[in-house]
Amino acid sequence: MHLTPSGLSVPGPSRRTLLRGIGGAAALGAGVPLLSACGGSGGTAADSKTVTLGSNASDAVPKKAFAEIYAAFKKQSGITVDVNTKDHNTFQEQINTYLQGTPDDVFHWFAGYRMQFFAAKGLASPIDDVWDKIGGNFPEAMKKLSKGADGKFYFVPLYTYPWALFYRKSVFQEKGYEVPTTWDQLIALCKQMEKDKLVPIAFGDKDAWPAMGTFDQLNFRTNGYDFHVELMAGKASWTDAKVRKVFDLWAELLPYHQEGAVGRTWQDAAQTLASKKAGMYLLGTFVGQQFTNKDDLDDLDFFAFPEIDPAYGQDTVEAPTDGFMLSKAPKNKAGAAKLLEFLGTPEAEQIYLKADPNVVAASTKADTSSYSPLQKKAYEMISGAKSLTQFMDRDSRPDFTSTVMQPALQKFIRDPKGVDSLLSSIERQKKTIFAS
Amino acid sequence: MTTTPTESPEAATPPPGSGPVTKTAQAAKVPQGHRRLLTRRDRLTLGLMAGLPTILHVALVWVTALASIALAFTTWDGIGFDSIKWVGLENFKELFTNNPQFWPAVQHNIIWFVALILIPTPLGLFLAVQLDKQIRFSRVYQTAFFLPVVMSLAVIGFVWQLIYNPDTGLINSLIGANEPGHYIDWIGDPDLNLWAILIAASWRHAGYMMILYLAGLKGVDPSLREASALDGANEWQTFKNVIFPTLRPTNTVVLVVTIIEALRAFDLVFVFNKGAEGTELLSILVTNNIIGESSRIGYGSAIAVVLLVISLAVIIPYLIATFRKERQA
Repeated sequence: MHLTPSGLSVPGPSRRTLLRGIGGAAALGAGVPLLSACGGSGGTAADSKTVTLGSNASDAVPKKAFAEIYAAFKKQSGITVDVNTKDHNTFQEQINTYLQGTPDDVFHWFAGYRMQFFAAKGLASPIDDVWDKIGGNFPEAMKKLSKGADGKFYFVPLYTYPWALFYRKSVFQEKGYEVPTTWDQLIALCKQMEKDKLVPIAFGDKDAWPAMGTFDQLNFRTNGYDFHVELMAGKASWTDAKVRKVFDLWAELLPYHQEGAVGRTWQDAAQTLASKKAGMYLLGTFVGQQFTNKDDLDDLDFFAFPEIDPAYGQDTVEAPTDGFMLSKAPKNKAGAAKLLEFLGTPEAEQIYLKADPNVVAASTKADTSSYSPLQKKAYEMISGAKSLTQFMDRDSRPDFTSTVMQPALQKFIRDPKGVDSLLSSIERQKKTIFAS
Repeated sequence: MTTTPTESPEAATPPPGSGPVTKTAQAAKVPQGHRRLLTRRDRLTLGLMAGLPTILHVALVWVTALASIALAFTTWDGIGFDSIKWVGLENFKELFTNNPQFWPAVQHNIIWFVALILIPTPLGLFLAVQLDKQIRFSRVYQTAFFLPVVMSLAVIGFVWQLIYNPDTGLINSLIGANEPGHYIDWIGDPDLNLWAILIAASWRHAGYMMILYLAGLKGVDPSLREASALDGANEWQTFKNVIFPTLRPTNTVVLVVTIIEALRAFDLVFVFNKGAEGTELLSILVTNNIIGESSRIGYGSAIAVVLLVISLAVIIPYLIATFRKERQA
């Protein structure tokens, strides 16, 4: 399984993937949209009672949850949503071919830089008129996340989930551990856990994206949200002393991480937390999916990554957000706008959350009474945040994060000594990628 | 069949002295006066049969290969043709000087070849020689050794992951190397993972080589063995001085097959750890740069061109040698 909760495009060895690769290599990738553009006009979807929607929700739970939202929308507006579901990873790999061809009116996507990227390329339509109506449903941080680089709205968020340090309440109780709120407390706790024969921090980076989450936490705690955003946007330098400081702190924490991380999947790492062999685990709330036993899941809790610099405290929360965008030339623009308005309501979010309790609503107006304690806490953490980040591969150019950062971070966590040459190599590669 | 005119000129003109031809037989002959051998329909059929594959071949092989070469001198994110920018040799410069994965990838492709030639190939030869002796259960052994060849490398990757998984895999569970302190990370440790994968690759390659050599050995004239036995040569001497030299054509095939295997190595590694540090390969770098939501198609193409050049450097001398031999023959 190439499960990527970060939404990162991890190509699986499927035949379609390989064919797409070969096609792309041969510039066929550009021919596909031209061909598909021929068949698009005059389809049945052009009538005003249907909105087409491209979906990456190929897993059973979200697929069903979304279907329920569309059914409710039909009841309310009389407009049918014609859903075109593609395999999650395939959808991401093909996104730019898809958007250049004849995309559906509305499509699933992720907030952050990767939303802005397609907006800037003219592959999405601005939806400021939709936001005039739904704006009141969302907190300031969500509004910021939904805007393109040009200041217009392009995105309707639906749900989100925070990254944090997860632990088992029973373990902390039994050993008398306290939740650390500062860096020194965190290091002291790690030392204590080691003495108690626990792996302090579970870690698996075989899929190459989990390490990015650790970097994000360390960077915005050390250098603040603004610097993090600048670094991700390719403006700040990776050879800056501020970045070096992040890696120094990471090198200090790394010995307390689970050994052999590069060969382990996040699922296996989560098992060491579930089986009480590890004390803590830094991941998104989707870690709960690995706790198949109900009692174990009830025992799961989390806390925000401790403060490093008091100037920034714990004001930033990493909360990847998923939602919807409007394609560049929707056939049923009025209907699509209505659908997006509906998706921006608390009702739509509640319908979703009822079926998929691993995430929380993006709207502050959604009813939280049915939330599990874990969801409530996640919700509080996000709504109390001053700034929200997405994830490295959503906050920066995906081609940079996948071809440069993933191997670089794997190299670092295996051998933290060569950090200077590593950082200058990242910076050199970044320059050419961001210049293209 | 009667309406199909025959192509042979002999049949086109009735042999002298043949009796009056029947009506159906007449139809089978080509119309008199016209020495046309093919009807219009035949030409159309032949044209389609030869033409369509040619068009497909040119479009899918030549045009794409040449397009890749052209794209290697550009940057392109795959969005719209107007975003293609000419950058000259920039991609190659970047690749040779700035990409920390490129030289390891070249090196690993070479190691892949050397390892396959040095370990599974002699092993395959050894197995073939043993099986050629008509020992008991020969068929069973043949099947067992050949079985991995039948499987897709992707499947082999999954199977061997179960063996190498550092936490729950067979090896670490057996030798207790999944405990903190004495932990062996077969998949993540760059000093180990390439060799771990090469064992899986060899497991398959040995069977492949065994079958090739077995076929070669079946072609060895039994009288040669007999003669060397009469001359008093022992088994090793017979093999070294008589059998092995006759296997020369097989050796050429083995060499070419192994080079191809080394250059196209991809699926096993991709399943195993996606070409993480220690297992980078050129084919994987190409894929990583081209697939995805915002791809570096120009850069990926540059890597593909390097792979193409290496392939040509290997294939051209082989083809030259082969054709030269044919001309002499």
